[in-house]
Amino acid sequence: MTEPLIEVRGLRYRYDDGTLALDGVDFRLDPGETVALLGPNGSGKTTFVLHLNGLLAGVGDVRVCGLPVRRENFGVIRQRIGLVFQESDEQLFMPTVLEDVAFGPLNAGLDPAEARGRAVEMLQLVGVRHAADKAPYHLSAGEKRRVALAGVLAMRPQILVLDEPTTFLDPPGQRDLVKLLHDLPQAKILVTHDVHFAQSLASRAVFFEKGKVVDEGTVADVAARRHWNAAVD
Amino acid sequence: MHHVVLDRWSRGRSLLHARDARVKIVALLALLIALATAPAGAHLALAGYLALLIGAVLLAGLPLLPVLWRAAFVLPFSATFAVVSWLSGDAPRAASLVEKSYVSALSVLLVIATTSLPQLMRGLEALRVPRLLVLVIQFVYRYLFVISEEAQHMALASRCRAPVRAGARNWKARFRAAAGALAVLFARSYRRAEGIESAMAARGFSGHFPSFAESRLRTGDFVFLAAALSVTLAVRLGAAL
Repeated sequence: MTEPLIEVRGLRYRYDDGTLALDGVDFRLDPGETVALLGPNGSGKTTFVLHLNGLLAGVGDVRVCGLPVRRENFGVIRQRIGLVFQESDEQLFMPTVLEDVAFGPLNAGLDPAEARGRAVEMLQLVGVRHAADKAPYHLSAGEKRRVALAGVLAMRPQILVLDEPTTFLDPPGQRDLVKLLHDLPQAKILVTHDVHFAQSLASRAVFFEKGKVVDEGTVADVAARRHWNAAVD
Repeated sequence: MHHVVLDRWSRGRSLLHARDARVKIVALLALLIALATAPAGAHLALAGYLALLIGAVLLAGLPLLPVLWRAAFVLPFSATFAVVSWLSGDAPRAASLVEKSYVSALSVLLVIATTSLPQLMRGLEALRVPRLLVLVIQFVYRYLFVISEEAQHMALASRCRAPVRAGARNWKARFRAAAGALAVLFARSYRRAEGIESAMAARGFSGHFPSFAESRLRTGDFVFLAAALSVTLAVRLGAAL
């Protein structure tokens, strides 16, 4: 049996206001796998992924690439897990696109020339090389999403976590994103409400409800069992 | 928006745009000191500085009238103090206050309009301006646009649900609604700040802002600085005579 990239056992987390956001979550991600996290708003999906790189700390066992998610491992773990946030504006905080993409590699200790080279390479990969010297607020929603992805890919992660990646994207933008993600070799976790998007990329779906994993299987099976479809019959 | 216009201006190509941010900041500082210490009634010196700045605006290829107009944003503030001086019987001081504040604002605007924000931030950092201050400027500039857009969306939503009802009777309700909107905007900005912090931490931020730009001063920068300081000093000394 292969070593899992992510292994979570009995994760519980309560917010300061007393809300129990995660109530004993077990989860596993294997190399090369793409898993969709489905579930209603407020079911704990985003709270769960924020535990994977230590942005939140609950009770339970969380291991990434065999390492327990603890402060002393944050440096390594945050290079191995690339987290693309739902709000691109929150992720693009540097004055120019190129500087933003190079932010992670520079923090990881790469020398400036190497970091710049890697940033240019990643912008090329996601198709926004032309925007390198632009300020992030001059970009369209689709371009912002691509730049946010480039910023994460520049750290050469083994795992990509994307929180609602299709938000604000028009259908061509969503199609382009599917193609782009499909070609990336990393294992992926997709937090999404979009079943079609999940189906086109994920081999497995995990369904969250009230802070628990209540169903698991192929995307089609889970969506059918949970009536997780926007269409009215 | 003002900062979008400034952003466009700052990406021009001219001799002034090409100068290193550090020398522009030092030249600006020297000019501001010269202006602040010029005696009241030194109209000729101030006219000289104004003429030099207008020349620089034209040299930078910036549109003269819009630049002069934007520099006037400082006048409502300085005019208030000028009126107080004038009422207390010190007319020369009142005139000097207005003149100096306008020329100072124009010089600051000229530097901002010929230096892109990343260069300006790096220049300030290189000149040992406290890092915290530089970061605050950087974030304010970056998120001003996002937050103002959010405020515009809220105002639009509010107008959709409550068409404008003119009249003095509604002012209380409108004031309350505006105060509520401001509170929501503050809460959203706070939430966004937390999101940004998480995004920074997720990419390995440990308190130090990295930069890969290592700029070197060129001969042109030294020539510019020497010329700017000499002219500033010459005009200032001329006024003292």
